[in-house]
Parts: sequence; structure tokens; C-alpha cells
Amino acid sequence: MSEAVPVLSGRNLGFHAGGRALVAEASLDLRPGSTTILIGPNGAGKSTLLKLLTGELAGSGGVRIGDETLGAIPAWRLACLRAVMAQHSRLAFPFSVYEVARLGVDGVGRALTRQRREAIVAEALAAAGVLDLAGRRYQTLSGGEQQRVQFARVLCQLEAGRSVAERQILFLDEPIASLDLCHQLALLDMARTIAARGVAVLVVLHDLNLAVTYADHLVVMDRGRIIAQGPPAETLDDALLRQVFRVGLSLSRAPAPGLPFLLPQQHRSRHAG
Amino acid sequence: MTLAAPVPAMAASLSGLIAGRRRIGLYVLGGLALACLLLAVVAIGQGAIGIPPGRVTEILWARLTGDGALLEGRDALVVLNIRLPRVLLGLLVGAGLAVSGALMQGLFRNPLADPGLVGVSAGAGLAAAATIVLGDRFLAGTLMKLPFAMLPFGAFCGGLISTLVLYLIATRDGRTSVATMLLAGVALGALSGALTGLLAFISDDRQLRDLTFWSLGSLGGASWSKLSIVAPIILPLLLTMPLLARGLNGLMLGEAEAYHLGIPVQRIKALAILLVALAVGASVAAAGLIGFVGIVVPHLIRLSVGPDHRLLLPLSALGGAILLVAADIVARLIVAPAELPIGIVTAAIGAPFFLWLLLRRAGGALDV
Repeated sequence: MSEAVPVLSGRNLGFHAGGRALVAEASLDLRPGSTTILIGPNGAGKSTLLKLLTGELAGSGGVRIGDETLGAIPAWRLACLRAVMAQHSRLAFPFSVYEVARLGVDGVGRALTRQRREAIVAEALAAAGVLDLAGRRYQTLSGGEQQRVQFARVLCQLEAGRSVAERQILFLDEPIASLDLCHQLALLDMARTIAARGVAVLVVLHDLNLAVTYADHLVVMDRGRIIAQGPPAETLDDALLRQVFRVGLSLSRAPAPGLPFLLPQQHRSRHAG
Repeated sequence: MTLAAPVPAMAASLSGLIAGRRRIGLYVLGGLALACLLLAVVAIGQGAIGIPPGRVTEILWARLTGDGALLEGRDALVVLNIRLPRVLLGLLVGAGLAVSGALMQGLFRNPLADPGLVGVSAGAGLAAAATIVLGDRFLAGTLMKLPFAMLPFGAFCGGLISTLVLYLIATRDGRTSVATMLLAGVALGALSGALTGLLAFISDDRQLRDLTFWSLGSLGGASWSKLSIVAPIILPLLLTMPLLARGLNGLMLGEAEAYHLGIPVQRIKALAILLVALAVGASVAAAGLIGFVGIVVPHLIRLSVGPDHRLLLPLSALGGAILLVAADIVARLIVAPAELPIGIVTAAIGAPFFLWLLLRRAGGALDV
């Protein structure tokens, strides 16, 4: 699957702010059908790199989507090509959950019929597990519920954009930060389902165990640079963990799929003993 | 292919919910439009010479159909030459102020934003005060025979200039910082207020009286010629606002998210700012400083139908028109045969009402 032609490729990306390089010399391809997961310690430049790839920030280097340069694609068509779920979304006025999700189809899906748009919103709300909250005010929801509503909004945008753009990209910046375990797994499962339909998915995650479980392609960042990238089982090792994440833990292998995993218990027992 | 089939019962209740919301929106829209029309007819009948609503309708109908017989006599003269332009001006200025408020609140993502707050009205007021106080001294005998002909133009330029200054201060590298604009607006408003105070200090008695009356607002000077200046400015705002509704909805999530949704954020911001400057400049020019319409009306509409700008903007226009025409009736009747400045009425109704809203919604007041 990783041989597929990349739908998005970033070359030599860099971004400076306040005399400091937040991202430097980062190159990265996103391929259709593949889930790329971006990990790294706090301040590694993950969100900045994601913003460079979505066009929210303009830095050095080049991002190409298909045959086009990112900056040359008009905002509306770009919105059909890719959907972005940001780390924090605060809402200024008391929209209902339904209205927030509908924002995803309002612009991109303007060529669709009203029935189709309403169906898209209902499906997305159901997929994100928030259909029963549709009439609630967004502000009255818990942080995790709000995050799922934002996910529903992004699903709406992707679905509405599908009628215009065949090769799409989904960006998720720490989408599970406020979710309980059940919903963390549900959201990542959904992200993989979307990838299976041919969408290129990029997720920023903190949980290394979930990252290796769900990634087709793992990208490790530290201090603004991409330190390693590749299939998860080959990318992560004890030396990298020590160097990048500054933890002296050893990876183990799960029996069935052979994926690596980490037990923080090692750390605790060392300190207790 | 669908991602997940919605549970039928829940999906059905969702479509019920959507239909319900839409129905409420349409009811409120129809109700307000009707109320606006009835109020206008009543307002035309009120005044020193009372004319029953039936007679008003007859005269208006005759004017539309060109039936000459009814158009003569005292009543027709009063209705067509005095009352109708006044009520139309009230409708336009009220709609313009309320929509300007709703646009600013959407733009700043802040329910308290208002042309009065960010210094646009104060800038227009300063320019008007300068015209009143300095106009005589510098332009006497040259350009102006009538200082008041310059007043609307001055106010209009003042509103536009203060908005442009605000925009330039807050814009770096083609991006407008809404927070900077809000803070700069408060500072510019204070500066305009101080300079207006200085002008009041050096003005003579007659100028001071003009200044005071004008700064409290009035629809008293309405005429067809004034309308012909104000209408071409406010009507385009009212016609353009549907184009902004979707963009402002997206902006509620934040500028980055709006960009991700495909909304041309910079274009929406620039257009909204231009329209607000034009509408506020024209309103201040025609009717003086009238406060609270831009903040109370959109707030009320949000409470009744929610914050979706596709409904909020047209409903605010109707609500603002109703509020201002109603306030004008009160201003004309309460101390008849004299007239109260309308700004006193809107503030006297608006401020306690606003406080009541805040108290009633204790805790979540600023969310709406």
C-alpha cells in the first residue's frame, strides 16, 4: 500500500518564529489508504508541521497536493480536498451540536441537495457517536463530547468534499486528547475505516502504544526535525525512545500481531525498587 | 458508502428537530415582518395631527396606485412629506444599526462587540462635532451656506476613517487580528470621546445645543432628500448580508477552522468591516448617535432562534427596524408637543432590558 503515489508531499519544510526553528528540513509523503501517525515529545513541532501541511501556516519548502502547489489551490477546492480537526476548538456562540456538524457541509457541500446534506450530517453524527446529542448546545457538552462533535464536523466535510475531490486527506491533531478509552479506540478505528476508503490520514498522537497499533507509517519528530519514519515495528526502538522521549523503557512485542508495545510499569518498578 | 447507519429512531428525531427549528425560524421571520409593517402604519398615524391607520393605508395605497384624488388635503401632505420619510428613515437606520451589531459580533466572535464599542460611532461623532463647532469658523462664507448640509458628510467620513485606522492598526501581513482591533477600538473610541469633549469645551452656546441634541440622536430631520442619501448606503448592506452569513457561521469556530472549511476569511472580514463602516457612518450622519440597538437586538434574536447568521442577520434587521420606529413613537408622544431625543429612549429601554437579560441568565450570560 505504501507504494501508492502520494496524494500530498511536503519537501524540506521549515518554519521560524521568534528566531527559533519550530520545524526544519521536514519531508513527508501522505499516501492514499495509509494512516500516518506523527509522534514526538511536547514542543517537537508536530502541530506546526501539520499546520504547514494544511496551508494554515506558510513557511519555507514546498507542499504539493497531486500536481498542484498548496498555495495555488483556492480555499474552497482545498476544503474539498482535505479536512482538518484542530487540537482545540472553542465556539463563540451557542450553536447546537447539529449546527456545528453542519458547518462541515455548508461550504463544501453547497452543490448538494438539502436532503443529501442533512443525511451526511446524520451519518457523521452517528459515526462519531454523538447523534443522541444533536439538539444539545455545544457549550453544555463535556470536553470529550465536544471533541467527538468536532470529529463529526470533519467527517461531514470529508463526505461532502468526496463529490468534488477523489483523493482526499484527513488531518487530526491530537483528536483523542479528551476522550475515554472506548471513544479513543472508536475514533481511531473510524480513522482507519476512512483510510480504507482511499483517504490519506495524518494523525498527531501522544500515546505511543496507540500510535504503533494504528499507524501504517510512523513519523517521529524531535526539536523540529523528523528523526525517523517508516513502518511502526521498524521505526521505534529502545535507543530512539531514550533519545527522543527521554525514557529508559524497553519495547516488548505483543504475541498476536507482533506489534511493539511499551509498559510504563517498568519505569515505576525501577523507581519503587 | 456510509460510515455508520444512524439508528432510525434517532435519525427521525433529528429530522424532527431540524424541521422544528426551521419552522420556529420562519414563524419568527413572518411575525416580525408583519409587526414591522403594522408598526410602520401606526407610526405614520402618530403625532401632533393624529391620523387613523385606515386612512394612512388609503393614502399610501393611493400613492402607490397613483390615485390622485386622495393625495390632496392636509392628511396626505402630512403622511407623504413628513411622516413617511421619518418612518422609512427609522426603519433603515434601525435595521442598519442592528445588522452592523450582528456583523461585528460575528466578526469579533464576541457578543459584546458593537460599532459603539469599537469606536466607529465615536469617530463619526467626533467628525460631526468638528463640523458643528469648527465648520462655522473655517468655512464661513466659503463653501457652506448651511453648516448642517456638511454634517452628514462629516459624520460619514469620520466613521469610515476610524474604521480604516482600526483596520490598518490591527492588520499585519494581510491578516487582521480581531483581539488587537477590539482593544485598539476601545482606545480610539476614548480618544474620539476626549476630542469631542474638547470641542464641546470651546463651542458657544448655540453650537453646544446642536452638539448635545445631535449626540443624543433624533429622526426629526428626516426628509426625502436625506433618505435619498442614506438608503443607497444601508440598502446594499441589507442586500449583501446573506453572502456573509455562511462565512460568519464558519468564523464562529475560529479563523483557522474557517479557513479549513474553505471560507475566504480575509475577504469576509474586509467586506464585513466595510459594510459596517458604511452603515454606521450613514446612520450616525442621518440620525445622530443612537446606542444599544446594535447590541440588544441581535442578542434577543439569538435567544429566540439561535446564533445561525442565516436567520440572525435578516431577523436582526427586522428587529432593529421595529425597535427604532417604536422608540421614535415613544420619543414623539411622551413629551408632546416637544420631542425627546431618540437616543435617550433606546438607551432607557435598552440598558435596563439588557441588565435584566444578564441577570436572568446568571452564569451563562456571556455565552449568548
